Amino acid sequence: MSENQNTSGSTEQGASSERRTFLKVAACGVGAAWAGMVGYPIYRYIASPVEEAASADVVTEVEVEKGAELPKNAALMFKFGTKPAMLIHHDDDTWSAFLAVCTHLGCTPAYQPEEKRIFCPCHSGVYDAHSGANVAGPPPKPLPQFKVAVADGKVVVSRA
Amino acid sequence: MPESLGPKVYSWLDERLGLSPILELALKKRVPDHKHSFWYYWGGITLFFFIVMCFTGVLLLLYYRPGDGAYESVQQINTQIKFGWLIRSIHSWSANLMVAAAFVHMFSTFFMKAYRAPREFLWWSGFGLLSLAMVFGFSGYLLPMDDLAYFATKVGLSIPAVMPVVGPWIADLVRGGPDITAYTISRFFALHVVILPALFIPLLLLHLGLVQQHGMSIPESEQQKPEAERKSIPFFPNFVFKDLAVWLVALNVLALLAVAFPWPLGPAADPLAPAPADIHPEWYFMSSFQILKAFGGWFPGVVGEFLGIAFFNAGVVLWALVPLFDPNTKSGQWGRRVTWFGFVVLAVLIVTTIWGYAVLPAVAH
Ligand code: HEM
Ligand code: FES
Repeated sequence: MSENQNTSGSTEQGASSERRTFLKVAACGVGAAWAGMVGYPIYRYIASPVEEAASADVVTEVEVEKGAELPKNAALMFKFGTKPAMLIHHDDDTWSAFLAVCTHLGCTPAYQPEEKRIFCPCHSGVYDAHSGANVAGPPPKPLPQFKVAVADGKVVVSRA
Repeated sequence: MPESLGPKVYSWLDERLGLSPILELALKKRVPDHKHSFWYYWGGITLFFFIVMCFTGVLLLLYYRPGDGAYESVQQINTQIKFGWLIRSIHSWSANLMVAAAFVHMFSTFFMKAYRAPREFLWWSGFGLLSLAMVFGFSGYLLPMDDLAYFATKVGLSIPAVMPVVGPWIADLVRGGPDITAYTISRFFALHVVILPALFIPLLLLHLGLVQQHGMSIPESEQQKPEAERKSIPFFPNFVFKDLAVWLVALNVLALLAVAFPWPLGPAADPLAPAPADIHPEWYFMSSFQILKAFGGWFPGVVGEFLGIAFFNAGVVLWALVPLFDPNTKSGQWGRRVTWFGFVVLAVLIVTTIWGYAVLPAVAH
């Protein structure tokens, strides 16, 4: 390679270095195209369960199985999309439903019938059972609440 | 970025890792260039397919589950996971192309007499690599647990079982019982993804290290030329770039085959169903399968099986010992005879393989 540079004149030298730059760019382009062609299916393959979960999460409405049989002052866990959710039947015959993912660090909280509150055991977070408001402990935000519709012996929970 | 960063980083690394001697060696190294040079690329092609197997194998591990749900997990990979069929197809095709390339590589080193002193251990380590590659193939064949996998493994394991005394005992241990069950899958799985790679990779490093140590052999036709007339090309960059170009061709062939002929998955294995009529092993076991079948036909009973196994093993042992009975003498009568032995072995392999396929009943899948 260097031989022809040493013996050639300066104009030829410019041309050959231009050609070399072109070759370099072309090689990089072809290499990138190949890397993309190999990388794309591999990425989609690895990301496949993530995509699947994302498409399961677009769910907007869920019928809670055996929801109507829930006695008063009790809660039932169900799945909303891929995430845990909680249905509560209050003493006054009203209903609430929340995403059961603690807004602190993501634990699954539980309904406590004695205290009539939602309690997260991980760091003793407390939420109001009717509104989901964070009332004590570290949780920074209320639990996201769903709409509950009870009719014909069916309980349907939907995004608010 | 400042231009000076490159050399600085290099000298920092060089002081600590001692890169200069290695680099010097790589720059000084030359590869002989003559009319048989084409065959020097086949070891590299085999290596390429092995690397592909490692990558796609790890990808398959993300979704494959050994044990009772093995078939369902492969079905999921094939139908549900994005590009799962492609990864699986590439892994399977690459396995077959790797064994094929290793055979080409083995016969080309045989006919170039590259096994002669001081390269005996290249031959033996290569022989070990091909044997391991075939066990890779055999163990991998069972993992999807479809009907062909199930019965091919059943038949394959009945071959060691005809060995007197220890045969049935070994077969039972390999299977994890008298039948092929979820235990067998777990054993084959452990073999396929842990034990075999742990044996193969060090042996491969030895093989590649020996190539570096001894340099490429040159065939007799070249050795007869005076030193000054022999041509060679620099290892870097010329040979490396040619090697990369060959790898690109290999990748294209692999991708075309994997996309045009996606690897099939049969119905789930059912121990109560009759074996498929066209039951057969992978093509690289077809020759031994057919030799055993032929001897079984010529000599009825255990005698035939025993003779078949003895004939086959004698051939394999002779083949492995070739560097010992064809050492680096001034070639002549004896050397040519050994070359003829190679042609006979190649002919027997090809003829029995074709014969094996020819007698398979035609079955539509
Ligand atoms: C199965 C995996 C194998 C891999 C990945 C592999 C890889 C390689 C590579 C990269 C080379 C240097 C380039 C070349 O000569 O092609 C080589 C050389 C060699 N291999 Fe292999 N090989 C394998 C199997 C075998 C087998 C089955 C044999 C024979 C029994 C064998 C015998 C040799 C010999 C004798 C050389 C030296 C060639 C020479 O100096 O001209 N190898 N191998
Ligand atoms: S995760 Fe619930 S309180 Fe910390």
